[in-house]
Amino acid sequence: MSWKRTADAVVIGGGMMGMATAYHLAKLGMKDVVLLDKNTVSSGATGRCAAAFRATWGGELNIILGKACIEKYEHLSEELGMDIGLYQNGYLFMAYSDAQLENFKNCIKLQNSLGVPSRLLTRDEALELCPGLFVDDIKGFYWYKRDGHADPMLTCFAHQEAAKREGVKVEKFTEVTGFKMTAGAVKGVCTNKGYIDTNIVINAAGSWAGRVASLAGLAIPVHGERHEIFATEQVEFNVCPTFLMSYDPDFYMQQRPNGSLIAGCGPSRYRKEAAPFNDAELGDCWNFLEYMTGILTHVLPRTKGVRVVRQWSGMYDITPDMQPVIGEADDLKGFWMNVSGSRGFMFGPVAGEMVAEQIINGYTALPIEKFHWNRYARGEYLLDTAIA
Amino acid sequence: MSDCCCNHDHSKVDFAKMEEDIVVCRCEEVTMKEIREWIARGYDTFDELKRLLRVGMGPCQGRGCREIILREISRAKCVPVSEIPSGTIRPPVKPIKCELTARKGGDFE
Repeated sequence: MSWKRTADAVVIGGGMMGMATAYHLAKLGMKDVVLLDKNTVSSGATGRCAAAFRATWGGELNIILGKACIEKYEHLSEELGMDIGLYQNGYLFMAYSDAQLENFKNCIKLQNSLGVPSRLLTRDEALELCPGLFVDDIKGFYWYKRDGHADPMLTCFAHQEAAKREGVKVEKFTEVTGFKMTAGAVKGVCTNKGYIDTNIVINAAGSWAGRVASLAGLAIPVHGERHEIFATEQVEFNVCPTFLMSYDPDFYMQQRPNGSLIAGCGPSRYRKEAAPFNDAELGDCWNFLEYMTGILTHVLPRTKGVRVVRQWSGMYDITPDMQPVIGEADDLKGFWMNVSGSRGFMFGPVAGEMVAEQIINGYTALPIEKFHWNRYARGEYLLDTAIA
Repeated sequence: MSDCCCNHDHSKVDFAKMEEDIVVCRCEEVTMKEIREWIARGYDTFDELKRLLRVGMGPCQGRGCREIILREISRAKCVPVSEIPSGTIRPPVKPIKCELTARKGGDFE
């Protein structure tokens, strides 16, 4: 395996955001694309995430992006030539307060206006979707059929296999240590394995993207927040046949087609220290297991005898408005960011294509300029009321 | 013909081929053939094979397959098995029923 000393573009990060970017750059005709990961492909947030995608957001941009992602996900297996474990039976959103129900109604109104036909469900309809659900304390439900989940590792590896066929070189265990820059433009990438000459760098390092950007002298506000999650043994599929989600208390649970239940929640529920969190280390805690199995057995009482087989954690990439940070640096030509704001698996296949089109064609159909981080300097924040 | 009491010609048995059908990860039903193929395609760490094929993600959490897979990686890379990273081992130590850990008095009480 020979080291490429020059490249047309270097992508940093082998998660969904980076791998999709590399694949689309090559697919659009770029000859020499190199992707670097300091560990292995899919070893960061993508390989640790809750596996879901949705269009049911509370902000216009997220709905537009989410809708594009669903359309993408529905055809990914065919496009990439590898099964990605797609499963679509909606997110069932559950309101435990009147305030949340009001929020749902506003979200539905906005979603419907943007071509996402989500709707409120009655208790009976919710029970039909998920027969084992404890509904006595739930004030209302809403749902959109085309939301769903897929296997994040397979989706990322499917992109990797397709990218390799297009000529992309993937270098694992390769960590970026610095950049070569001249007169406001990036000229190369220094790594622990060697140097690569390039005029285009795409930083898709997720929660590490802020630190990678700082190596190029850029102050871009992205940091990590550790979230925990667990998986159970495989049980009969109808225990949780739709993705269940609540914002307050914030938690989610779902069942993969293989029968394994996956469940998680936000860190402020079980961590002793107060938010905001700025985490550099992964790790698992007993508090989370106690708290989250408590939620799971309350919401789905039939899970009391189901066994947890594995718990783990992953990094959310946190931005000031919890929204994507995407675009070319104003002061450093050729240095691109492609960071999702903690939705890399969900948005990656579309965000990767969007960035690749912008780099190669100078144009893309989606409103990429809205995601530039120079909005923060102007005091503009992208708002969304439907973030857990 | 061999000296064996059966009438099969053992000299024609292809043991490498026979091994391919062995189910290495019984929880997720992954065969030696699949593992060897994907190692050859560059998925040459336990954690990559785990994420790709789900080996070690079932109820036994790799107790049955880990050693065999590490040996295959070692063989393919010509590196001693002692130098192959064993892959991440996660809690809990044994599968544990949700009702035994579930905390009462949380957000729902």
